[in-house]
Amino acid sequence: MLTAAARIHLREKFLTRRAAITGVNFAIAETGEFVVCTNEGNADMGAHLADVHIACMGIEKLIPQRKHTGIYLRLLARSATGQPVTTYSSHFRRPREGQQLHIVLVDNGRSTQLGREEFRNSLKCIRCGACMNTCPVYRRSGGHSYHTAIAGPIGAILAPNLDMKQYADLPFASTLCGSCSNVCPVKIDIHDQLYKWRQVLMKDGQGGAMKGLSMKAMNFTLSSPGVYRTAGKAGRWFYGTCRLW
Amino acid sequence: MSSRERILSAVKKNQPELTELVAYIQPESQEDLLGRFTSVLEGIGGTAIVAQDLAGVKSYLKEMWQGKGRIVSMIPELQELGELAGEADPHNFENVELAIIPAHFAVAENSAVWVTEELLQQRVLPFITQNLAVVVSKARLVATMHHAYDIIGSGDYGFGTFIAGPSKTADIEQSLVLGAHGSKSMTVFLI
Ligand code: SF4
Repeated sequence: MLTAAARIHLREKFLTRRAAITGVNFAIAETGEFVVCTNEGNADMGAHLADVHIACMGIEKLIPQRKHTGIYLRLLARSATGQPVTTYSSHFRRPREGQQLHIVLVDNGRSTQLGREEFRNSLKCIRCGACMNTCPVYRRSGGHSYHTAIAGPIGAILAPNLDMKQYADLPFASTLCGSCSNVCPVKIDIHDQLYKWRQVLMKDGQGGAMKGLSMKAMNFTLSSPGVYRTAGKAGRWFYGTCRLW
Repeated sequence: MSSRERILSAVKKNQPELTELVAYIQPESQEDLLGRFTSVLEGIGGTAIVAQDLAGVKSYLKEMWQGKGRIVSMIPELQELGELAGEADPHNFENVELAIIPAHFAVAENSAVWVTEELLQQRVLPFITQNLAVVVSKARLVATMHHAYDIIGSGDYGFGTFIAGPSKTADIEQSLVLGAHGSKSMTVFLI
């Protein structure tokens, strides 16, 4: 019902708009074409009806040759939704007659990330979303809690590259269970990078006073057996009280 | 310095060591391509029909679609069913109920068909139509996407697309619903 209503409502928009902005999933260095994948057909409805098509892509979307697209198309949908391939995998090489086509290549921190040896692997991401779907933190907290455009484990390792201070909390919001690295089709060492970011952030003084304090407390507790036992008792007493409620 | 120069010089400066391009593995395949294609297409909400010839396709489509709305047919032998797309403004196809298009080939592993602009005349046609019928030769079935790109090779096209099944989304109702913005149904005739 809702999907049908959205179809009707948005169809009117596709039919009356003069410019369409789409993303890009893969761009092929060999041929200069780019590929946009959707299940909905929204990119195609927009691009083929509008007078102007503006395609925006991160510079890391480039792959060497056309034949490599086959590998990525297989990986993307399988890891995203478990489908064998996206419904539409559209290859744009030239604008249609009378249409304008603009491609915007976006850096937004990518060239800096490329220079950070420990973190550059994150630029391999094809945005399949598998790491989010498997992440126990993401599944409970949802996308908005990441306060950045790209959520989930991959977002948590990309965002500090853009602004260490603003996104200092993200790499700490993880149990480092490693489920993300396990499912990633392009084998990004996501949880290792989360761990590495913590070290970079703490060195940079972005850990925050609370984190420093709790670490010190932990250090104190763990380094003295007596205190450790008292802390254990205090913990058990606390949980015991909880059960009475 | 323009932003383009700035980005390119930063990328150049931060280049990792070059690695060898890994060998491109071509999977072997001797499986039942037709059976695979049919079952995968059905799994993703489409319909596969094996037909004897174009006459068979024609009688099937006639029975299903005649009198039900505007039909555009990009297959000359099926012109009796509908008009050609022609050079019109793409918005003119807004009320198409059924579009019949040929495809270059089909892929068994994911039931996608490959079509290019020259077959469509109008890029928007397979997306704007409410229902889509595709005709492809059984002899043009390949096993995997690797084989697909072998056929595409260095062929030239302004626009080409793989289409696999009807449009769908799970973003709205949290469960997969067929019929998002593209066609609501897809029938592939293998002849
Ligand atoms: S990091 Fe890996 S699993 Fe996560 S979205 Fe990117 S490619 Fe997918």
